[in-house]
Amino acid sequence: MGFAIVSGFEILLRLCALNASPQTMPERSHFQEFSKGIVSQNAVFVLVVGICPTLAVTTGLKSAVAMGVGVIAVLTCSNVIISLLRNVIPREVRIPCFIVVIASFVTMIEITFKAYLPPGINAALGIFLPLIVVNCSILHRAESFAYKNDVGRSLLDGLGTGVGFALAICLVATVREALGNGTVWGYSWLPTSWPVEYVPASILIQAPGAFLVLGLLLAGFNWLRRTRERP
Amino acid sequence: MNQRLLIRSSPHLRERDSVPRIMWSVAAALSPAAAMSIYFFGWDAVALLAVSIATAEATEVACLALRKAPLARALDGSAAVTGLLLAMVLPPMPLSASWYCAAVGSAFAIAIVKHCFGGLGHNIWNPALAGRVFVQFAYPAQVSLSQWMVPRALMGGTASLGDAITQATPLFTEAPIHPRYLDLFLGNGISGSLGETCKLALLVGGIYLIVSRRIDWRVPLFYVGTVFALTALLPARGEGPPPWMNDPFYHVLSGGLFLGAFFMATDMVTSPVTPLGRIIFAAGCGLLVVLIRFYGAYPEGVAYSIIIMNTITPLIDKWCRPRIYGSRPPRPAPRTT
Repeated sequence: MGFAIVSGFEILLRLCALNASPQTMPERSHFQEFSKGIVSQNAVFVLVVGICPTLAVTTGLKSAVAMGVGVIAVLTCSNVIISLLRNVIPREVRIPCFIVVIASFVTMIEITFKAYLPPGINAALGIFLPLIVVNCSILHRAESFAYKNDVGRSLLDGLGTGVGFALAICLVATVREALGNGTVWGYSWLPTSWPVEYVPASILIQAPGAFLVLGLLLAGFNWLRRTRERP
Repeated sequence: MNQRLLIRSSPHLRERDSVPRIMWSVAAALSPAAAMSIYFFGWDAVALLAVSIATAEATEVACLALRKAPLARALDGSAAVTGLLLAMVLPPMPLSASWYCAAVGSAFAIAIVKHCFGGLGHNIWNPALAGRVFVQFAYPAQVSLSQWMVPRALMGGTASLGDAITQATPLFTEAPIHPRYLDLFLGNGISGSLGETCKLALLVGGIYLIVSRRIDWRVPLFYVGTVFALTALLPARGEGPPPWMNDPFYHVLSGGLFLGAFFMATDMVTSPVTPLGRIIFAAGCGLLVVLIRFYGAYPEGVAYSIIIMNTITPLIDKWCRPRIYGSRPPRPAPRTT
């Protein structure tokens, strides 16, 4: 059983590695190490990993920000620890080792959130907070970057990927909350006079709306990228 | 060179049909039902139709411009027919609600359901029905399935046009006295979606389409026939079902069945191409309608039945692929003992 799960992860990571461009090729500056995770290798809109929280917790901007903060913290810390331990972790059992490190940080984040976040947000995150453990983007960075690079670069890479992920889910959440509920960060942005009234379409904060908004945003970013490459 | 000898491959005979001809004839076939809806629901129906068609055309122009396609295609009538059909399947509502319900549904139908999948001829689902289902989930309070506007009665009845007066549709009524067949057939005092109540007008348009060979008679026949047979045969759910529950005539004459059978399930893009495939498609639609009406949570299931069967249309086409002339299916090699 455990073996099956681990080999499942292997396959997943191979797929992720296929999508990502090779890490070792040209020397990147430190700033590029940080910024690549935000635009050119954005976890959600370019690599399309970590889709489960993107679909599930983006019903409101508040819960998306909380999830984004959690992912940034876990990703940065686990990248640093795995990079520090990269010469100690045996290659054959590296995936279980990564999971142990990631799960430890997720547990810390979970306990912290339970203590300090307002209960509504915590309830909205629900099962998806502990599920950060199996967020593809975190394992992806551990396997394909932190295990092969030094601590400083791993820190920047973790921060960049985390910020890129957080920005992406905040964008999805803003669109869904604004159009589906008529609010942004809980505040109504709608004018109330008749001719310009917008009536929120509640389908957008239900499950089908998540797929619709994510699909349209993906299409939009692909279109932008294509027009930029081919002026 | 002898100009009278044409040397080229088939087709040698061409139909004079074109997309605009087909679309405008569908619009013409829908016009009696649209006229009846304006009679029944007054200015609210006019507004709903106008908003829906105008938004559909505007979205079509915008999508064509974004896709760098010739803008003249917006005149082929396909977007207008989608807008018209969407208005016909929406419930009548006051302008204060209809302008955004119809506009959002129309824009969704054209931009997402039609153009995101490749434009005219490439959509998987009937755009108008998909727009209807989207609007129903987007605005559950405005597109209510239990409260419907009361139409104006035919021939000397009292005009009861107003936002506040609502009643249940024939498929939702618990009252012991239910409408007569003739009232159901003519739509006299029957609530429902804008264009679905007057079966006579729909039948006139549908027969025109069948006679002019725009649609296949098999689809409406097997659709309605399946509903008729199954409503008579299947047991009704629950204790003490309404008296009309196992009345096949009542079921056939209520709800959106005629509109769906003549104008939605016969869509050339989203229904199978072979005669056998169309029969399977229509019977599947009929089965789903009866299952939803009898055992589902909704009183009516025509829209869902057609959307679901649209989804499996490619499979049906694959099963019913005709034998190519002169070929024969591969036979297992004779066994030698």
